[in-house]
Amino acid sequence: MRLLEYQGKELFAKAGIPVPSGHVASSVAEAVQIMRDNPAPSVVKAQVLIGGRGKAGGIKFCSSAADVEEPARAILGMRIANSQNPEGEIAKRIWIEQRLDIAKEMYLSITVDRASKRPIVVASATGGMDIEEVAHSNPEAIVKQTIDPSKGYWPYIGRRIAKNAGIPLAVMSQFAVVLGKLYDLFFDVGAMLVEINPLAITKDGRLIASDAKVELDDNALLRHPEFESWKTAVEDDPLKSRAVKAGLGENNYVGLSGNVGIIGNGAGLVMATLDAIKASGGEPANFLDVGGGAKADLMRDAVNIVTANPRVKSLFINIFGGITRGDEVAKGLVAALEGGDWRKDKLVIRLTGTNEREGRALLEKNGITAVDTMNEGARRAVAAANA
Amino acid sequence: MSIFLNHESVVLVQGITGREGLSHATRMRAYGTKVPGGVTPGKGGQSVDGFAVFDTVREAKAKTNANTSIIFVPPPFAADAILEAADAGIELVICITEGVPVHDTLKVVAALPPSVRLIGPNCPGLVSPGQALVGIMPAHIFAEGNVGVISRSGTLTYEIVDLLTRAGIGQSTCVGIGGDPIIGTVFVDCLQAFANDPQTHAVVLVGEIGGTDEEDAAALIAAGKFQKAVVAFIGGRSAPEGKRMGHAGAIVSGSSGTAQAKVAAFEKIGVPVADSPAQIPALVRPLVHQPARV
Repeated sequence: MRLLEYQGKELFAKAGIPVPSGHVASSVAEAVQIMRDNPAPSVVKAQVLIGGRGKAGGIKFCSSAADVEEPARAILGMRIANSQNPEGEIAKRIWIEQRLDIAKEMYLSITVDRASKRPIVVASATGGMDIEEVAHSNPEAIVKQTIDPSKGYWPYIGRRIAKNAGIPLAVMSQFAVVLGKLYDLFFDVGAMLVEINPLAITKDGRLIASDAKVELDDNALLRHPEFESWKTAVEDDPLKSRAVKAGLGENNYVGLSGNVGIIGNGAGLVMATLDAIKASGGEPANFLDVGGGAKADLMRDAVNIVTANPRVKSLFINIFGGITRGDEVAKGLVAALEGGDWRKDKLVIRLTGTNEREGRALLEKNGITAVDTMNEGARRAVAAANA
Repeated sequence: MSIFLNHESVVLVQGITGREGLSHATRMRAYGTKVPGGVTPGKGGQSVDGFAVFDTVREAKAKTNANTSIIFVPPPFAADAILEAADAGIELVICITEGVPVHDTLKVVAALPPSVRLIGPNCPGLVSPGQALVGIMPAHIFAEGNVGVISRSGTLTYEIVDLLTRAGIGQSTCVGIGGDPIIGTVFVDCLQAFANDPQTHAVVLVGEIGGTDEEDAAALIAAGKFQKAVVAFIGGRSAPEGKRMGHAGAIVSGSSGTAQAKVAAFEKIGVPVADSPAQIPALVRPLVHQPARV
């Protein structure tokens, strides 16, 4: 689960990482009240997860209750998109914070490094922009340091990183303290990523987290009921919400832009199914993994969720039964067809593995013939979508 | 021969009295795997369906001489179960549990002694056909033979193994290494083991988007440290950037970890990459010298 800036900053503040003082608003009236209570030069920032909000006009300035109305009205409800995600995201909230007198912008993050199987610190004296661009154009400007979790973090590690990254010596010790607090936060909340970009040095020599990007491990949320209320704030794909309500995980449904609906069991198989649709000249409308051992009810819900997408013109169900049973899959599919007005000729199912015979027999009884291979199913589903 | 698992392996099931644990223990035993029993704290001394139940792994190991353990406990308890097995002297630990917090795995991996091999978490397990099956895979799709299979996915592995077996190509060992960002055993570990296994003539490597495990495997091959033939498949070629798809591991961000980068890494060193699973048997057939033994 990715957090919005204001949520990340709340966590930073609790962890003792300096952040500018600020408030969140979801209406113009709230914004005006915030500025009335805190009249000072401020920044109004769109609260979205998508990158590139600055370029899109999602960051503006104000200094009083009188001049906050215009930026607040402009940003609230603004659709912010970028080249990777042209559909974008609507800003439902703004964060209004005190403007800083910034002397220098740096970069600092901790993430999970798969290769070393350890947390890794990434730091650069050059921040405030796309760090991947810095990594590309000036790789020496970035320092990466893994930390052995059994030894933990000590300030000398932070001072060494600061030295190697060319971070001004005047803030070296402060930097080591901030990194220590970030490291503790990383473990305390079960984060996949904690990122400060930019980590600002103010003109009076203080380090302040000017932005906050936090991604929590979905698997760790069961230990953190305090984040439950933030879940709805970050999730606004209605079909995804329905999938979660049906008992699927956050990552089991992903909306895509095509017209062939996809349901399968197992993330790898579903991904390979999307690839097969593409290879047949089609475009998948979604990724939906029903997981292992799906029962009829879940299959029925999955069919209803995918076909609720108005873009979906055909549906391909690809099941390789291990712990998932073919008869349960067929039962769920038949139930979904009975309840809806989905046409059988727009439906392609491939069913193999455990209880395949029983499943196929039940489908035959309801006028559906299962195909034998994934590629054949993909071809037929693409043809049905374009017919 | 085979890797990691053979006919001498003695397997404990941690979580033996749970629904999943018991049903898979029964399936593994039916396959011919030696499964004397398992562990459920507080239920020691009982016997369920012919499986002896112990309170601790240490006790279970002392009584059964097990060297392998498979874990079916709920996510919050998986890390503890892995470390308990390691502490009791179990050499091969397979964690099936899906949904283990990544930080738990991070700490477990840092604490495991090098003598213990962890497979998973969030994996389907492994099978050395004709010898032993330790996992949740459907037994009927496997056949004994000379191709090693390593994969980050579950059902996609079944798909590919099924295609191989139907084409008359058997397997030495099939390992589902798991889909989480941090896992105990990666492709490189498996390749190094297959390199020393005379039964294995060639390896099918089933990768997917995210991470650099596939690139690391390609680097190992390029360095001449794995000299047997490899055929690769990479899932997720059509996945858009920045979207997570199911496996916590399968996320594309930035340029590293894309399907294109992984395909290019293999093709550059002459490892054929199948465009679809259906192409794999034809690419593998010339590389093996004996038919499958079903």
